[in-house]
Amino acid sequence: MIKLEKDVVVIGGGPAGLAAAAKVYDNGVEDVMILERDFELGGILPQCIHNGFGLHHFGEELTGPEYSQRFEKDVEERDIEVKLNTMVLDVSPDKKVFAMNKDDGAVEIQAKAVILAMGCRERTAGAIGIPGTRPAGVLTAGTAQRFTNIEGYVPGESVVILGSGDIGLIMARRMKLEGADVKAVCEILPYTGGLTRNVVQCLEDYDIPLKLNHTVTKIIGNDRLEAVEITEVDENMKPIPETSEIVEADTLLLSVGLIPENELSKKAEVVLDDRTGGPIVNEGRETNIDGIFACGNVLHVHDLVDWVTEESQIAGDWAAKYIKGDYKRAEKIEVKAGENVAYVIPQSIELEAEDRKRIPLYMRVSTPLTAVDIELYADGEKLYSFTEPFAKPGEMISVPLAQKTLDDLDEVSEIRVDIIEKEGE
Amino acid sequence: MSKDKYDVIIIGAGISGCAVAWKLARYNLNILLLEKAPDVATGTTKANTAIIHAGYNADPEKQKGRLNNKGNVQIKEIVKDLNVPFEEIGSLVVGMEDDDLSVLDELLEKGKKNGVKGLEIVGKEWLQKEEPNLSDKAVRALWAPTAGIITPWEFALAMAENAVANGVEVMLETEVEDVYTEAGKVTGVKTNQGDFGADYVINAAGLYADDVARMVGIEKIDIHPRKGEYYIYDHAKDFEINHVLFPIPTKISKGIVCTKTVEDNLLIGPTSDFVDSKEDLATTREGLDHVYRGATKMFPDLTLKDTIRVFAGLRAADTTEDFVIEAAEDVHGFVNVAGIQSPGLSSSPAVADLAVEILRDEGLTLEEKKDVIETREEPARFYELSNEERAEYAEKDKDYGQIICRCETVSLKEIKDAINGPIPARTVNAVKRRTRAGAGRCQGGFCGPRVTQIIADELGIDPTEVRLEKNNSKIVEHKIKGLLGSQGDAE
Repeated sequence: MIKLEKDVVVIGGGPAGLAAAAKVYDNGVEDVMILERDFELGGILPQCIHNGFGLHHFGEELTGPEYSQRFEKDVEERDIEVKLNTMVLDVSPDKKVFAMNKDDGAVEIQAKAVILAMGCRERTAGAIGIPGTRPAGVLTAGTAQRFTNIEGYVPGESVVILGSGDIGLIMARRMKLEGADVKAVCEILPYTGGLTRNVVQCLEDYDIPLKLNHTVTKIIGNDRLEAVEITEVDENMKPIPETSEIVEADTLLLSVGLIPENELSKKAEVVLDDRTGGPIVNEGRETNIDGIFACGNVLHVHDLVDWVTEESQIAGDWAAKYIKGDYKRAEKIEVKAGENVAYVIPQSIELEAEDRKRIPLYMRVSTPLTAVDIELYADGEKLYSFTEPFAKPGEMISVPLAQKTLDDLDEVSEIRVDIIEKEGE
Repeated sequence: MSKDKYDVIIIGAGISGCAVAWKLARYNLNILLLEKAPDVATGTTKANTAIIHAGYNADPEKQKGRLNNKGNVQIKEIVKDLNVPFEEIGSLVVGMEDDDLSVLDELLEKGKKNGVKGLEIVGKEWLQKEEPNLSDKAVRALWAPTAGIITPWEFALAMAENAVANGVEVMLETEVEDVYTEAGKVTGVKTNQGDFGADYVINAAGLYADDVARMVGIEKIDIHPRKGEYYIYDHAKDFEINHVLFPIPTKISKGIVCTKTVEDNLLIGPTSDFVDSKEDLATTREGLDHVYRGATKMFPDLTLKDTIRVFAGLRAADTTEDFVIEAAEDVHGFVNVAGIQSPGLSSSPAVADLAVEILRDEGLTLEEKKDVIETREEPARFYELSNEERAEYAEKDKDYGQIICRCETVSLKEIKDAINGPIPARTVNAVKRRTRAGAGRCQGGFCGPRVTQIIADELGIDPTEVRLEKNNSKIVEHKIKGLLGSQGDAE
């Protein structure tokens, strides 16, 4: 077994891992290594051949591969060590990383800091327990996207999509462009899970029906999928049997949620947040385990890769500070998700820093709202608020918390965010 | 490669057909095992509760009752010889406050008559210590320490592979269309792959055993498929179940069972509903709800949070509700091994013994082979190895270093070995059954495209020809337009 020592090991070479590694390096910690399980860097981006990436971060519209290449280039220029086709099987709380690949066999790396950047996985048909058979042709939208855009094979010719997450919307258009008959996108909720622009550009522009308050209640076909039963649901998401219709299709794509991939984090005894599915972190994106950081979709599922980049650069900054010994903990301020807020990242603020101006808080609402006040409280006392025209669970909200505000407060133990629909609107 | 004439042809490579082939392979015989699916163990054998029952449940007057305990005892040896994952975790029939607890005493008596060892009645204290998540309402239980859990398809495969090692020929995707007889004697079978002669034919066709029996004019076998639906949980779960737990049984069913599997998943089910079609493998909302309700009676805190799959299996139940293992009265050389439902898996070696006895009585000469291969080499199972052991494997062969399935930790070498094994895995599900690639929480979301490509590479076929399981279960339809254009429209 090969044994190595590294200052920082980054697990995952997707957008999170790439941005974090480059940032660690730029802060003067050059002994950093990226471990990536796929044959190329970029994570999910290389298969996202559509555009719409980078509007926030670069102020221009890029495709997934283009967005990824900018960060791959950063890593390449810095000569950051990368191991491809390398699967990490174990991370211990004392930061020993065990990985395997074909060339090295087994590798054990003792790291001083670890950045978890493993991303997320898709919820499956089995996990949501759709009744019916188990034929070929039922797959997650992301797997179908990989088959199509990386392997070069189209999964089927007549398609129903369950779930209106972004990958589902993107794949509706992609399958249409490959000549498939995309019959419908079904969403059990009364609103879509994806970005508004994707609803417009992927469904409306291609006349693909979006069936809100509908779900797939049966999978039909023993060998290859033959049809699905689509049923309308009531306000409690219970199917209304008399509304069922059978829709013939050879392919059912699922876009029913993403789950942060934290099996390795658990091995490292990292504590997870039930609401995000990812680690509980402070504003440096450090987990409960000293020197283990997390960023990107492993921490919480993002809707835009631009946010992933921003978050991962924060993690990279602090991981470098950790290595250099510029890392001091102060009194811990808990950050709480208040009314209508599903979660807030980070879950606590506890690091001493002199140079920073603001600490961005990232959050999602738990239900769609219009004309909202976003209100920040310190120990129950209102700090400030501002107004937004709407808030959707599918679109992350970033709220800056000024460092100065924190500096002015004495012994605050809790910051809370409420998002309230303004009365009378 | 196949001959025109065999001593014995076995129709069906489920657990019973594989067990018979494995037993018969110890004698100097030419044996052909026929299976219509692309893999062994794809019918009832792949979708059941995966339990080796102790043998207290079946009536001592029935074949089921006579064979279950005998099978249970043999299986403990076979799993060692053939390296099949098995754990003797014991089973409990759990009586709740409102139940008729006298049933437990009746089962205890029946078990004793069937020769089951170690049975005892245990009380609330014992239950709370052994199964901390069990409902407070559980007051008394029958404890059967000899019951166990097994991977049923691996068990069938192991027996089939050992049979192959001892000279049995296996033909997959070979469907029997007729059985030939002459002057009241079996002479061979007609299949979609041609005709094969044989002096003896074993009908181990599972759900289709009545259809095969009818080919020689036997009408008395009547298979009514009875469906069982299940939930399976990820092995990374927040809930422990330590034994196989049954509620108090009803007339036709042992009720909703809660158990762990050999791979440490949880399994709850089955329902028990007669269905019309032998191909009806669909789960239903009602069935799944029934399963979950049943499971929460025993384990009130069990949620569906960590479930990764729902599935249904069909029991090949004869109307007599017993095994039908006997020689045909009017057709010499035709032996039925039919109606094999629970406890068919547990009884399988004893079922095979009985079938061999019947063949001997029918005049088949059984002469023991000298150099029988008794054991099967243990396939590498990366998921159960320590990191140090994994490192050693990777030094032996680089393909062990490449992990293809991350949820279940399956290496490239294991997948290649499965595809090139004694009974080759040619479909995605056949690879999954042998290696567990795709059996985890992401259900092949990550490894699916990779496994498809590895199968295509190893078999020298195009990915569009790779199938999930049977017939037209294609994984992908065609190349994307861009690729079709560059290859198809070259000017």
